[in-house]
Amino acid sequence: MITVNHLNKSFGERQILKDFSFQFERGKTNLIIGKSGTGKSVLAKCMVGLVEVDNGEIFYEDADFVKMNYDQRKVIRKEIGMLFQGGALFDSMTVEENVMFPLSMFTEMPEAEKRDRAQFCLERVKLSHALKLFPAEISGGMKKRAAIARAIALKPKFLYCDEPNSGLDPQTSILIDELIKDITEELQITTIVITHDMNSVLEIGDKIAFLHEGQKWWEGTRKEILLSDNKELNDFVYATKFLKEFKDRLRG
Amino acid sequence: MNLLFHIGRYFLLIRQAFRRPEKWSIYRIQIFREIDVIGIGSLGIVTIISVFMGAVITIQSAFGFESPWIPLYAVGLAARDSIILEFSPTIVSLILCGKVGSSIASEIGNMRVSEQIDALEVMGVNSAGYLILPKLIASVLFMPFLVTISMFLGHLGGYVFGVITGVVTSYEFVYGIQYEFHPFNVVYALVKSLCFAFIIPSVSAYHGYYTKGGSLEVGASSIKAVVYSIIVVLLFNFIITQLMLA
Repeated sequence: MITVNHLNKSFGERQILKDFSFQFERGKTNLIIGKSGTGKSVLAKCMVGLVEVDNGEIFYEDADFVKMNYDQRKVIRKEIGMLFQGGALFDSMTVEENVMFPLSMFTEMPEAEKRDRAQFCLERVKLSHALKLFPAEISGGMKKRAAIARAIALKPKFLYCDEPNSGLDPQTSILIDELIKDITEELQITTIVITHDMNSVLEIGDKIAFLHEGQKWWEGTRKEILLSDNKELNDFVYATKFLKEFKDRLRG
Repeated sequence: MNLLFHIGRYFLLIRQAFRRPEKWSIYRIQIFREIDVIGIGSLGIVTIISVFMGAVITIQSAFGFESPWIPLYAVGLAARDSIILEFSPTIVSLILCGKVGSSIASEIGNMRVSEQIDALEVMGVNSAGYLILPKLIASVLFMPFLVTISMFLGHLGGYVFGVITGVVTSYEFVYGIQYEFHPFNVVYALVKSLCFAFIIPSVSAYHGYYTKGGSLEVGASSIKAVVYSIIVVLLFNFIITQLMLA
């Protein structure tokens, strides 16, 4: 479980996150949604320490990540897997080497065992046929799946996914969403997904926080989101004409 | 103020790079990889430059020493001192600023803009250490060899082209390069090369590491890396010369 309390972050005069508090639950897919530029990615980067917060608390279980020094954070980070928007696979390594990298860096596993683990993770994301390919040789969807395999190689307790569906076709998006949900339930990890894709929200959103102008505007489940009266949330959820008509029908 | 900011951030990055590695065995592999890229990969260009540099210095010296009062062996002597004191350590380093510096800056810069460095950090890997330290070690280990090879090839080029073109005889050239030879000059050249071996990858890595934006900015970082590493190399060339020879 990750608990965020009263988090604030500014870049110069611009305040990006305003008093954000939320509890990300274990075994659930926790979604951070909102329009572009509302601070979703900054929030994720604050939570993994890529961006320093101005003030606030981030508890991984009982440990306050904000107060930790560099070496203490490294211990927590070994329990974090992260899927970046573009995959962030290492260009100079094959898919298999990418997945093996955290194993080589942080475990004393023999080579054969590392290969087996990498094979297992890649099979889990249905990518066992691409072991020897380089990131430049695979599609965007495959890159994301390879990145998920790398993220789960060390059996993390926390999984971050920054816009896992961006730039993917609807079918591949669904595949990635299902994968994230299955892995979350299977490994009983705390998963945080940053997205503005409504299909993902309705498909995998166990617990959702809606960010608006850097503030948590609303929180609830995917069932509650459709019936909320929150104006800004409704503007986001029912953004298209088609969905607006759907809302009118849904609410009689 | 801007200059002070960059100097401060540079030293913080270098300190970060020298933190204890997560796993030495991985770093060791990286060091050998970098020796291959930075060192072995530069042998070709260093060979070509050194041979022709030696040839040109010899021919130019002969052209300048046409006076009957100057003995012909002075051509070899002038070529030797120019090659050892300046051309091999400094010119080779300046060439490597372009070749190695731009490659390091664009490699690290590309990793920055494609979030690969963020991925390393989130995994718990010290990205500065993993990406920069092996390059520094490889460069410091291999640069003295490159400069020594360059000195040898410079003399060889001077000898071969000097004799072929007839500007100096074989005997006079060999006598000249042995005349009043001070081994300290070689020590001075190697000290310079060690210093430059640290400056080139570290300044270039700094520019790559703090790249912001996209592929255009990676190109800009690469150019900055070359320009600034050349400036710093020239500055330290002056400082070391003043300290050791003045």
